[in-house]
Amino acid sequence: MNNSSSVIEPKTRPIRKSKIDYSQGPAPVSVNPAWCKACNICVALCPQGVLEPDAEGKPVVAHADNCIQCGACWAHCPDFAITSNYK
Amino acid sequence: MSIAAKEAGARQDSDVVLRYLRPHVKFPNMWCPGCGNGVVATSLIRAIDKLGIPRDNVVLVSGIGCSSRMPVYLDFQALHTTHGRALAFATGVKFSRPDLKVIVITGDGDCLSIGGNHLIHACRRNIDITTILINNYIYGMTGGQTSPTTPAGAHATTTPFGNTEKQFEACDLARGAGASFIARTTVYHTTQMDRLIMEAIQHRGFSLVEVISNCHTYYGRLNRVGQATQLLRMFQEKASTQPKDPNMVDEDSKDMIQTGIIHRDTEKTELCDEYQKLTDSLAKGKSS
Ligand SMILES: Cc1ncc(C[n+]2csc(CCOP(=O)(O)OP(=O)(O)O)c2C)c(N)n1
Ligand code: SF4
Ligand code: SF4
Ligand code: SF4
Ligand SMILES: [Mg+2]
Repeated sequence: MNNSSSVIEPKTRPIRKSKIDYSQGPAPVSVNPAWCKACNICVALCPQGVLEPDAEGKPVVAHADNCIQCGACWAHCPDFAITSNYK
Repeated sequence: MSIAAKEAGARQDSDVVLRYLRPHVKFPNMWCPGCGNGVVATSLIRAIDKLGIPRDNVVLVSGIGCSSRMPVYLDFQALHTTHGRALAFATGVKFSRPDLKVIVITGDGDCLSIGGNHLIHACRRNIDITTILINNYIYGMTGGQTSPTTPAGAHATTTPFGNTEKQFEACDLARGAGASFIARTTVYHTTQMDRLIMEAIQHRGFSLVEVISNCHTYYGRLNRVGQATQLLRMFQEKASTQPKDPNMVDEDSKDMIQTGIIHRDTEKTELCDEYQKLTDSLAKGKSS
């Protein structure tokens, strides 16, 4: 089992266009910086390249328009630190 | 939810987890950054919430280990017991209060080393308990010693030159011992995990859900997969819903992870039901 050195690379381009217009409302997702431990899982698993790590390694919404509300980030966050603002 | 969000298939459960966290516990949790235990906790909450079971009717029972810390954070009834004995305590709870949903949260060390005997007998009795076995291939809490699921050849602090022992297959063991619902998933497959935990909770009889999880801090680091995302990638690559082919002996198929429902027997009688039947018939005999 020690042959795997590959890391899940964050996507740099969106796979499909988001149908949601975020320009009028809040950001697609919110991160709770007090609970986030900068594990990078959400950044790596977001299929749309929405999230980018800040200087501390905690995710920020860098490309809001791409978010398709797929739930990969909040389903995989081990620290209950991401929630959606669209429900 | 906006119409556009609905169209995009937006899920409404992003904050369901927050509603089930204990209000007086200090967060963030004690787990290492990226540890799979938190992902299993989130999935368990979604499953219970979707099933609509009132939180006071759910009892989480655990032993000792990083994984066994979970009931400390979640706002259900909780019984945090001694190492390996979660199933023994859970059996007592279920037998005295069959109306409650009893869920055991356990680790590979807790469930299969010190608690192995309790596991096989809980399976044999087919008592209606759902066991979520978080298998990270190692003793996380005590610093990375080998567990019964550490793969042959793998490194741990107690096997610096590679493990010379063979692995338990927890699902095969449970099946041989008589469990009536057995499933496996990984922390990468959260949607599947939600569904399997829901099915396990609904199943009447002993159910085991083995969740392959990442302890990148010990298992990962000692085996040169030191980041959570590396282990997640590995689970993604190795998981398959097809059963293992015993004729395939090459490296890749040997450590394939079979996911999904592995065994389900809805005919088998459940312990509390049988006991109730017996007491009913004895009471009837007395009154006539
Ligand atoms: C009777 C007893 N023996 C040994 C220990 C030390 N101990 C604590 S946790 C643990 C192993 C936990 O491993 P696992 O169940 O896989 O949990 P993880 O931390 O990996 O989630 C051991 C041996 C103990 N607490 N009590
Ligand atoms: S909901 Fe999906 S697309 Fe949006 S940020 Fe999270 S992972 Fe990325
Ligand atoms: S997955 Fe959660 S804890 Fe990890 S970086 Fe993202 S928000 Fe932070
Ligand atoms: S030691 Fe391993 S199992 Fe324990 S919290 Fe850290 S990553 Fe998780
Ligand atoms: Mg373990």
